[in-house]
Amino acid sequence: MSATTAFATGSRPVSGGRGPGLGNLMLSEWTKIRSVRSTVWSLAILVVLTLVFTALFTQMGVSNWDKADAAQQAEMRLDPTGTILGSGILLSQLAVCVMGVMAIASEYSTGMIRASLLAVPRRVPVLAAKGAVFALLVLAVGEVTAFGSFFIGAPILDSKAPVSLGDPGVLRAVVGCGLYLALLGLFALAAGAIIRHTAAGITVVVGFVLVITPMADLLPGSVGEHIHAWLPTQAGFMITQQHSRAGDLLGPWEGLGVLALWTAVLLAVAAVQMRRRDA
Amino acid sequence: MIEAKNLTKRYGDKTVVDDLSFTVEPGRVTGFLGPNGAGKSTTMRLLLGLDRPDAGEATVNGVPYRELDRPLSVVGALLEARAVHTGRSAFHHLLCLAQTQGIGRRRVEEVIEQVGLASVAHKRAGGFSLGMGQRLGIAAALLGDPAALVLDEPVNGLDPEGIVWIRNLMKSLAAEGRAVFVSSHLMNEMAVTADHLIVIGRGRLVADCSTEEFIERSTERSVLVRTPDGTQLAGLLRREGATVTRTAEGDLDVTGIEAPRIAELAAADGLVLHELTTRRGSLEEAFMELTRDAVEYDADVPAAGGVK
Repeated sequence: MSATTAFATGSRPVSGGRGPGLGNLMLSEWTKIRSVRSTVWSLAILVVLTLVFTALFTQMGVSNWDKADAAQQAEMRLDPTGTILGSGILLSQLAVCVMGVMAIASEYSTGMIRASLLAVPRRVPVLAAKGAVFALLVLAVGEVTAFGSFFIGAPILDSKAPVSLGDPGVLRAVVGCGLYLALLGLFALAAGAIIRHTAAGITVVVGFVLVITPMADLLPGSVGEHIHAWLPTQAGFMITQQHSRAGDLLGPWEGLGVLALWTAVLLAVAAVQMRRRDA
Repeated sequence: MIEAKNLTKRYGDKTVVDDLSFTVEPGRVTGFLGPNGAGKSTTMRLLLGLDRPDAGEATVNGVPYRELDRPLSVVGALLEARAVHTGRSAFHHLLCLAQTQGIGRRRVEEVIEQVGLASVAHKRAGGFSLGMGQRLGIAAALLGDPAALVLDEPVNGLDPEGIVWIRNLMKSLAAEGRAVFVSSHLMNEMAVTADHLIVIGRGRLVADCSTEEFIERSTERSVLVRTPDGTQLAGLLRREGATVTRTAEGDLDVTGIEAPRIAELAAADGLVLHELTTRRGSLEEAFMELTRDAVEYDADVPAAGGVK
């Protein structure tokens, strides 16, 4: 008991004044993210692996050019950006899903959430600050990954399907790819906040992206087609295409908007739940 | 000042906290005592806004915890369950909590020093022993230099040195004018730490009084007499108005008369005494007696002989 400073007396107003701002909470959430080593490593590995796989897949596309049928060749020629971003980035989106769920569910599984809510008893600002910091981080990493992938993939593809950043739709697709990853991260974070359990949350989100979404494509008729097109990852990924392809039901920004809508709904549900449920 | 007014919490059809009202005053250590499952932790979670009460209200300085702007400087809390991300160092755990209230890095280092974790401050909290975890929890509670402290079973997992440390810490925090509210299921621990006791059983208030009063009220003095002339002496003492029972070993357990008077009576009749010991009924037993009807997880314990 050496260095206790003068403690709060009853005269200090304890409520009704200005509480800690969102800036304080975001700084705190940033400390949380950067001080868990596994998160830092996951992000670094994610970037490296994505770039490596992008190089690998585009190289394979070029090597197997002659074996590909005419339709495939036409698609790659029409939309080289979509071809590049449709390879390694698929890996990134899984990692982003896992990290998004972990960002909040790990607080519940370790009990950290109790310390967090003791410090900030109003639930919604905690969710807002966490979501904002995580989304900004994924946006930054996502843009690096997207541009990195493009600049690695474009020269490899150059002999078969030349593309440059200045071509129509290319810059939008590459920048949009980072936006897509950030939104997907928020989507996963909201799901993690609702499910509150790391393993279950990851299973549900990854299962949704990897299993449910492709399976919805098998639904018969135009109803099935519409359901598939409006699923969050299917819709959001439209932004990474340089040009619309035949049979697309949503444009690039429309698609990203659909993902944003899904995310907003899930975040709203998460916010209401956090307020209502016991921690 | 912490106040509970008619607090009630149900889980399904089970009432865990039942119409509980009490006040935790500043300047003293208030012990919160009850058997396991009595609802102590739940009550504390209600005070701290982690759970919502089904009825009643809990306030700190007149304000519900959830409406506090900078709660860490009003109430510091140590919860029974761990509340630390296992992958984060003690320093960063405290730093991220401090940053939510604009508390500086210097204060973080100060509390780490105060609880004696300086040498492991940058190690992952996942590798901490139970005792180190408790110290980290205390550090988090002290972070905002709060006027009140809520500590759930703080001596859990601490070694004897740690237990003495926490006792002294709680006493000095109370001496500085803070309200200290500390739960325990161990009567003897509370007897040496708390100035005031709030005892609950099955979520209901059983006692709310000073520790002294509680001890006075709930323990009875008895005298153990070992003598070869048991039958004679017993008759003598009964005539004096004492209550005498024979123990299993054939000794006398005497209440209602003081040891010197027993010795005088024995000497006057020339009876031999081998032992004459004044005993105070154990506080632990008194506590068990008090909460007997309110014990949640009743085990079939064979009745122990001894103090009646």
